[in-house]
Amino acid sequence: MADLTTTFIGIKSPNPFWLASAPPTDKKVNVERAFAAGWGGVVWKTLGSEGPPVVNVNGPRYGAIWGADRRLLGLNNIELITDRPLEVNLREIKEVKRKWRDRAMIISLMVPCDEESWKDILHRIADTEADGVELNFGCPHGMAERGMGSAVGQVPEYIEMVTRWVKQHSRMPCIVKLTPNIADIRKPAEAAKRGGADAVSLINTINSITSVDLDDFAPEPTIDGKGTHGGYCGPAVKPIALNMVAEIARSAETRGLPISGIGGVTTWKDAAEFMALGAGNVQVCTAAMTYGFKIVQEMISGLSDYMDRKGFTSTADLVGRAVPNVTDWQYLNLNYVTKAQINQDDCIKCGRCYAACEDTSHQAIAMSADRTFTVKDEECVACNLCVNVCPVENCITMVELPKGAVDPRTGAKVGDYANWTTHPNNPSVAAE
Amino acid sequence: MAGVLRDCAPLYATGRGVKSIHSFCRFFGQDHLFPPAAEIYHLIKKLTRGSLLVSQPTHAEMEGSLSNSPLTPGIVANRLSAADYSRNFTDHEAPLDAHEARVAADRCYFCHDAPCITACPTDIDIPLFIRQIATGTPDAAAKTIFAQNIMGGMCARVCPTETLCEEACVREMAEGKPVEIGRLQRFATDTLMAKGVHPFTRGAPTGKKVAVVGAGPAGLSCAHRLAMHGHDVVVFDARPKAGGLNEYGIATYKAVGDFAQAEVDWLLKIGGIMIEHGKALGRDFTLADLQSGYDAVFLGMGLAGVNALRAGGEDKAGVRDAVDFIADLRQAGDRSAVPIGRDVVVIGGGMTAVDAAVQSRLLGAENVTIVYRRGQEKMSASGYEQEHATSAGVRIVTHAAPVAVHGNGAVTEVEFGYMADGPSGLVATGETFRLKADQVFKAIGQTLQGAPEGLTLEGGKIAVTGAGRTSVKGVWAGGDCATGGDDLTVTAVAEGRDAAMDIHAGLMA
Repeated sequence: MADLTTTFIGIKSPNPFWLASAPPTDKKVNVERAFAAGWGGVVWKTLGSEGPPVVNVNGPRYGAIWGADRRLLGLNNIELITDRPLEVNLREIKEVKRKWRDRAMIISLMVPCDEESWKDILHRIADTEADGVELNFGCPHGMAERGMGSAVGQVPEYIEMVTRWVKQHSRMPCIVKLTPNIADIRKPAEAAKRGGADAVSLINTINSITSVDLDDFAPEPTIDGKGTHGGYCGPAVKPIALNMVAEIARSAETRGLPISGIGGVTTWKDAAEFMALGAGNVQVCTAAMTYGFKIVQEMISGLSDYMDRKGFTSTADLVGRAVPNVTDWQYLNLNYVTKAQINQDDCIKCGRCYAACEDTSHQAIAMSADRTFTVKDEECVACNLCVNVCPVENCITMVELPKGAVDPRTGAKVGDYANWTTHPNNPSVAAE
Repeated sequence: MAGVLRDCAPLYATGRGVKSIHSFCRFFGQDHLFPPAAEIYHLIKKLTRGSLLVSQPTHAEMEGSLSNSPLTPGIVANRLSAADYSRNFTDHEAPLDAHEARVAADRCYFCHDAPCITACPTDIDIPLFIRQIATGTPDAAAKTIFAQNIMGGMCARVCPTETLCEEACVREMAEGKPVEIGRLQRFATDTLMAKGVHPFTRGAPTGKKVAVVGAGPAGLSCAHRLAMHGHDVVVFDARPKAGGLNEYGIATYKAVGDFAQAEVDWLLKIGGIMIEHGKALGRDFTLADLQSGYDAVFLGMGLAGVNALRAGGEDKAGVRDAVDFIADLRQAGDRSAVPIGRDVVVIGGGMTAVDAAVQSRLLGAENVTIVYRRGQEKMSASGYEQEHATSAGVRIVTHAAPVAVHGNGAVTEVEFGYMADGPSGLVATGETFRLKADQVFKAIGQTLQGAPEGLTLEGGKIAVTGAGRTSVKGVWAGGDCATGGDDLTVTAVAEGRDAAMDIHAGLMA
């Protein structure tokens, strides 16, 4: 059993699995049950300013998309920040933290975009003994219309300004939560860093309409015949989140800025991937909403087994390990040549590779009368589509041509590493 | 007691099939049923994973007041409780519900040029209809099926899918667990048929008239396709009900709820088809009559004759054709009124033998044995069907042929001689044995009866070429009475359909 103890911006937790700011972290009773189940920390559901509590819709708050057997693949929500009185949340946070000293307790915050509001809320939470704050600059619905959440997160100058206020009026470590509803994720991350943030967390949910009711002609979830865009999360958003995490991890301006990875983490493997791309820990919500708090046990055992297998003694050994291998397209090796190879013993003769290649790719797979499928090396561009549509794992593999071998498609010998920056077809090379 | 049961019950439950509580207790030397019977019942149920054929004894059974039991000698009715009859003759395989269907449909890989389509005698576009189920449009799926096979509803119930589409399914090759094509087909066809919707409309009348002999799968399929193209069709059938073997020859538990008649009614909604019941070719009319009165003739009268055992004593009471037994059972409103022997012997190795044997068990026969003269691998009943029989408690004896039927007036025993495979066929080894029997079913194949003169026969069937063309111009044939293809419902449907298209092409030329 590997030691999963993780220290993130000075905050120690027994494992890197935190529950993200969301309904599962809205109450003492839930958070205590989560801690009992094994979660390493929580980001308490976002607190707003003192005053009349936030109002939520009383119709459906979630929409979903499903895979086979109704496996939940993506969820969207139009719930707002906590709708419980501020003093109740503050009291409960303190009670839980005192009882669970070894767990991370972060408070998510979202107040109007003026210094007094931030100063006030920071003052009110100072007494909770929480380990840090997370600034909710991500929430894409409802609060954004009131100039909060992603309305701030989409303007790097605001992020920098608010972060600076927070660092000025509080000694707590500060995590800035980023919205993915922006063209270049590096800009808000840079702004957070300039403002003095200790870390960023991403991604918050993505603007989305999960489906449309084709009888009522209204987006789902539908509230009395109308719908609005909600925040999309769950397994479906993981690839988007991974890329955004990697972009921040490898950017010269933000390199080294701690990242808390969020977005579709469902298994230990998802978590490990986020961490390999630079996340110091991960935050989870949809998986817990789908399966309950107990899933953290699989995450713990899975990550531990993996680390033991790899000989990692600390989660820090894993964090960022894949970052050097994330690069720009222009640096990819154009002399790396592979060909698809179909293992005839494993092939079940479904012909999906053939249909995919013949109809939509490079017509590089032959089909015989007895349903034997073979790759035509002289046509294969190694696109990998056949591998992806094949229902049998590892039946089709991409085999590298050794250096010096002739690629039957181009007739050229496989040469040394060379990329687009030096390729003769590159106009900027020709111009020199 | 319980310990003994635990030791013995597996043998009893798996080796020879689960028998009645009564015989089970007799096995342990107990004359009466008393509380341990419940324990025995639960033990057997556990061992057989709930596939128990008899229920927990009722109070009447415990008191011995039931009129008959599986132990009553002779051919008698009412061997089981009402609950047992009802359970034994419900759907052999439960229909999929909507969610189960979508999950099952999701397993389909949508293969390119799919092997399942090739394996289907009617060439149903299986991946397409399954995708239509998966995307929530079972009605469209049903249309895809019916476009190729108008009796897709019955075929979904009776096709030996394990030797057709599901055997060809790539997931059978990959993991020994094919996509449940048959059950999915039933889901789709049932969904549309339950709405009473007929998905095709009749073409403009052509003024042509076609005679079809036999309202079985071949004849009705042919009639429907002809009617679709605007021809008027008259179907002649010797029996009082349409459907052929679907109505008279399919095991009761495969087509519950009078499905065969419901399917006929639904099929006839196309219009332009008239059925003349009680009219047999050769008895009530001749082929010449049809040739002169109609623009074309399709023969699909099936195989009405039954092969003889050619064993002494075959005429003794208690010996009858399995097809008649199956037909009587199908037509019986009350299963408990159908008499069955205590010791039943079924002679043959095909689907008819299995259907007769399994249903004998379901009616409460104590011992049922199928005896087949060749090896098990030669049985025309599929492995799946054989397994179905053995799991219902039927014993299968192979390499044995009937020598004589013994008994004084009524059968009491059947004598068999062991057979061995010789270089030029089966040879008797000379060794014989006897099986106790108060009822014997002959299921050794059917023959064409009363083939019209002038038609060329081949191997006892009407010889056809191409799409069911007989040696006589203007006369087509298909289904079991004609050569070509297996004697299956689905094959008959395909042959009827293809002949119809050929007739249509000829009539419109």
